Amino acid sequence: MDSTQIKPAHERKLRNKTSFRQSVRNSFIMAIRGLIKIRRTPEQLFDVTLQPIIFTLMFTYIFGGAISGDVQSYLPVIIPGILVQTVITTSIVTGVQLREDMDKGVFDRFKSLPIARIAPLAGALLADSIRYTIATVLTFTMGYVMGLRPEGGLGYVLIAALLVIGCAWAISWIFAFFGVIARTASSVQGISMIVLFPLTFLSNAFVPAETMPDWLQWFVKINPISHLVTAVRDLINAGSIGWDFTLSLVGAAIIVAIFAPLTVRTYMRKA
Amino acid sequence: MQKNNKNNNTKGSGEWAVEAKGIVKTFGENRAVDGVDLQVPTGSIYGVLGPNGAGKTTVIRMLATLLRPDAGSASIFGHDVVKEPHIVRQLIGVTGQYASVDESLSATENLMIFSRLLGLGKAEAKKKADELLEEFGLTEAAKRPLKHFSGGMRRRLDLAVSLIAQPPLIFLDEPTTGLDPRTRNQMWDTIRRLVKSGSTVLLTTQYLQEADELADRVAVIDHGQVVAEGTVNELKASIGTSSLHLGVQHDRQMQDARLIVERVLNVRSTVSTEGGKITAPMADVDRMTDLLIALRESDIQLAELSVQKPSLDEVFLTITGQGAGSSDEINNKSEKAVEV
Repeated sequence: MDSTQIKPAHERKLRNKTSFRQSVRNSFIMAIRGLIKIRRTPEQLFDVTLQPIIFTLMFTYIFGGAISGDVQSYLPVIIPGILVQTVITTSIVTGVQLREDMDKGVFDRFKSLPIARIAPLAGALLADSIRYTIATVLTFTMGYVMGLRPEGGLGYVLIAALLVIGCAWAISWIFAFFGVIARTASSVQGISMIVLFPLTFLSNAFVPAETMPDWLQWFVKINPISHLVTAVRDLINAGSIGWDFTLSLVGAAIIVAIFAPLTVRTYMRKA
Repeated sequence: MQKNNKNNNTKGSGEWAVEAKGIVKTFGENRAVDGVDLQVPTGSIYGVLGPNGAGKTTVIRMLATLLRPDAGSASIFGHDVVKEPHIVRQLIGVTGQYASVDESLSATENLMIFSRLLGLGKAEAKKKADELLEEFGLTEAAKRPLKHFSGGMRRRLDLAVSLIAQPPLIFLDEPTTGLDPRTRNQMWDTIRRLVKSGSTVLLTTQYLQEADELADRVAVIDHGQVVAEGTVNELKASIGTSSLHLGVQHDRQMQDARLIVERVLNVRSTVSTEGGKITAPMADVDRMTDLLIALRESDIQLAELSVQKPSLDEVFLTITGQGAGSSDEINNKSEKAVEV
């Protein structure tokens, strides 16, 4: 600053748009910021480490005998169910943390920088993929420890993991939207749980749909969570990629297409 | 998409770094900013002076593209803040009165992340971060979490982050509020150096003295409106002179003391009802010596004596022509302003 002169405004090359490349770059740097934050406060990973362990144990031993006769034959049914439920529940935290983060002064700085508008949001969401990955790995590990031997093989387990992480990322845009419109972090948590709790339980995640009354079956069958659970089951138990897989991906894409622009626009409008 | 703005060369070379015309911002019923005009010459330090809640921060937020004005227009180096926000953001640095740095990151990490967001490579960002840490005396604290930073350190880091891109215009929202005198002086030096290197600085302050020290021109804002604008000297002239406050030990000498004051200073004095204090305007402080000698000769014993600079109170009193006492807040602020 002492010797270097600042370049006057009219000598600068200026653009009124961010390029797609810049948006991606900015988002990844924002994701690095998110990862540093997670590293600083590892306690925020408690839920993604404990929930898979506790839920897998609990649900398998509670429902195993009643639904499939024994724990061993229930595992291929419950592990995909628990996986989807845990990972998607985890994505609520994204919205809650975004709300907390946005109340801090640093978001003002992000807004005043010549960076892509989507970057602070997309970056936070990207960094949270680490949470989904931890939850996924732990759920599969618990399953393996309890005796699950996926027929589809490791390759398909990997595809299943990626599918769930990808869908959770897409769904987290919905909670990010709640995060942007809500006043407080706890209200984000509240709204999100009310939406998610029925969705995950009124699905085929824990219980075969056929055992339910007709009117409920109707809902369970159109519930997107059911399709995702079925897609994961097909992958790990049979090594097949079916109609449900495609549906899940299309659904995820639609969610992002609607909620990403909506969230960014709302975020920009709110001071 | 990547096309450069063709108008840059003609538009950007204007002499105004900031030009605002009648900008308005309403929050519900409250007109926080009510038609503010500002013209900030390139290369100057411009002070926006006013009490808390006058609308200073809202003005800055609108100019920095953080808030959209409800009416009026504003441009930065000729670029409209509403139509060309992304260009404006490439020309400005903003340091808020709240710390706009990342609390959960260290100083180095903050500088690195922001450098990289602004397009620097990893190695360049590291170099830039080290340079700025050095320059702002933060090298030792670089790796510590920000939670353990003092207010002054935080403020310095905040300013350092604003300077990464070497923007030609810097907004400083109350840069020294809450800082101790030494840190405040350092901050002032930094601001002066910034302008020497070619930046334009727009700062807000509650302190008359700060505007006095730094600003080439000042706009006084109250209730969302500019109530006075001009150079510091012009503003001071409109405020008037310092005032003398004098108290005597024995009430019976009051009348004598008052006569001496009026005779020596050649002005009219007043006696405050509650404190029994004599108050008189004081144009020339040098007369003080004569006054003290005269008082001693008449054997009048003083209880207290002070000469006070015009306070922000008096600025508003003079400029708005209405009682400054209408707001307790203004009173509190101006007391801070005179204790220097």
